[in-house]
Amino acid sequence: MTLIFGKKKQEALALLKKGVSKNDILKKTKCTVGVNKANFEIEEGEIFVIMGLSGSGKSSLIRCLNRLNEPTSGKVFFKDYDITRESNKQLLQTRRTELSMVFQKFGLLPHRTILENAAFGLEIRGESKEMREEKAREALKTVGLEGYEQQYPSEMSGGMQQRVGLARALANNSSVLLMDEAFSALDPLIKSDMQDELLQIQNKLHKTIVFITHDLDEAMKVGDRIAIMKDGVIEQIGTAEEILTDPASDYVKAFVEKVDRKTIITAETLMFKKPTLIQYKKDGPKGALRKMRSAGVDVLPVEDQDMKFLGYVWLEDMLKLEKDKEQTVKKALYTDVPSVYKHYTVEDMLPLITGHHYPLAVVDEEGGKLLGLVTQTSLIIESTRFENEEVDRLIEKANDL
Amino acid sequence: MDKIINIGQYIESGIDSLEENFSFLWSSIDNGISWTVENLNDLFLSIPFIVILILVAMAAYYAYARGRLFTWEGFKKGIGLTVFVILGFLLIYGMGYWKEAIETTTLVLVSTLIALILGIPFGILSAKNNTANAIIRPILDFMQTMPAFVYLIPAIFFFSVGNTPGVIATVIFSLPPAVRLTNLGIRNVQPDVIEAGRAFGANENQILFKIQLPLAMPTILAGINQVILLALSMVVIASMVGARGLGSVVYQGIQQNDIAKGFESGLGIVVLAIVLDRITQALANKNKK
Repeated sequence: MTLIFGKKKQEALALLKKGVSKNDILKKTKCTVGVNKANFEIEEGEIFVIMGLSGSGKSSLIRCLNRLNEPTSGKVFFKDYDITRESNKQLLQTRRTELSMVFQKFGLLPHRTILENAAFGLEIRGESKEMREEKAREALKTVGLEGYEQQYPSEMSGGMQQRVGLARALANNSSVLLMDEAFSALDPLIKSDMQDELLQIQNKLHKTIVFITHDLDEAMKVGDRIAIMKDGVIEQIGTAEEILTDPASDYVKAFVEKVDRKTIITAETLMFKKPTLIQYKKDGPKGALRKMRSAGVDVLPVEDQDMKFLGYVWLEDMLKLEKDKEQTVKKALYTDVPSVYKHYTVEDMLPLITGHHYPLAVVDEEGGKLLGLVTQTSLIIESTRFENEEVDRLIEKANDL
Repeated sequence: MDKIINIGQYIESGIDSLEENFSFLWSSIDNGISWTVENLNDLFLSIPFIVILILVAMAAYYAYARGRLFTWEGFKKGIGLTVFVILGFLLIYGMGYWKEAIETTTLVLVSTLIALILGIPFGILSAKNNTANAIIRPILDFMQTMPAFVYLIPAIFFFSVGNTPGVIATVIFSLPPAVRLTNLGIRNVQPDVIEAGRAFGANENQILFKIQLPLAMPTILAGINQVILLALSMVVIASMVGARGLGSVVYQGIQQNDIAKGFESGLGIVVLAIVLDRITQALANKNKK
């Protein structure tokens, strides 16, 4: 889908198809390319974040979805039908029932009470007064504004006004929420509250949410998937972790550099998979020693016959057990060790590495199967962003002291 | 100097043919306006002075103390204009011009009503449509800069002497602010509120009646206030074509060189102007929420 602003749209579109740059098109035709060949799919029930700096075309793009901006070329499909081909009447109906929007500047009506504002979408739809007030009350309750029904927007703080904006969208009970920089005008603390609240509401209602923001931290926090836009072009689409670990372009890379990775990178990304395992029943100290030698390590995890993770054994203990002619590793098994699930973030895992020398075992939530190991070194590298050699050099330096 | 361009002649012949071809229209307008003005006059005059005094005083108090009628704070706000209404009306009554004051008020009310019925739709049209705005604006400029006396001539021509030409001239003179301020009010509505309306699927009518007009209301009310004051300022001029009321007393004062008469009736107009202005202004301000 492409959106061009200006009078000579078709001329500009033809140039764009030839691969002429945005700036040259502006010079030649005085048309601005708002969105440049954006192509993506949004899954039902996900929070899809479109993120970019101001002027990147993200707000223009979201307005194409409900045709507040008419796409110059391309199509918008909702379920199976093409919104871009709807007649005006059908379009109004789609806006009334399927797509609700929340705005950066709230867009509340100052002469109406909170209740009347929340009921606005239903009023436009032509529902009876009792029906719409009942639904509006329900929506206000969902966003935590019970008891404020008879107040006016001017009597409320920004955060509360935006709750009204959210309630207005929820009252319509449409499956899609379009949120255009909905929290960008709020104070940081209130913004964070609203994000939490949105996630809570989403847990209950499972809407399909398109969320626009210029704040990467916000994008990472609320987004199931994130699209990063620059100059009207979508640079990359992926989960927060995918974008952090595998940026598609230098722009995205530079963009995500300052993000606090500790809260995003999970055990699943850091762990090395399929580690060598010692079978509790099968491998005695001898087997354990052999496996350690071939893997070149001095500690290995142990699992039972149900593939449940049990703990670790150490090289020196194995040597001792072998000398004592023990047949199992039972006596030297350390079971009192921390294990984590794969969605644990670096921030969650860091406190767990203090006071022992084991790698963190990543286990399956059902069954306790060992999925992989997160070493202490990889955690430190991830949280400090030092390269491997740098860590070695630092350790050497510290040893010299 | 010889006349080379003879616009006046064309206008005259145009108005002539209008008069001839639409005489039925003119006479029905004349009948309608005369009937309304006379009946309203009779109605107001049938109400005792003291009742109108009390009603207007209460309206004045309400306009200023709205929302806190029986509090000390409300009393402090409302008492000023209330006292002014009582003293001012007693003065008019005492000077013997109560009947004329009522006639003037009726003329102002009827002209204002017609000006609003015509002006507000044109204001909406010029807010919604830039082409319409480009056409309407110079016409309004023309209406406002043309000396008001000029309107009297065709008004007399169509409706002879009496209240009707007075009302028509007053309407033409006082119409522009109704159009201009309606236009301005609607154009000044925040675009993000309108966008919100569109996003929720509001059609053009819903956007006009549920968003634009309510939000433009303070500006439109300011326009109504202007219309009323302009109408009141026309009463003396309208009396030259036979409109009755305080204006005609002023006009008699001029013709008879009667200073006392001129000042007394002039004072009456001032009292009416202040009362109408303050009450409508207070109502307009209260609407800004």
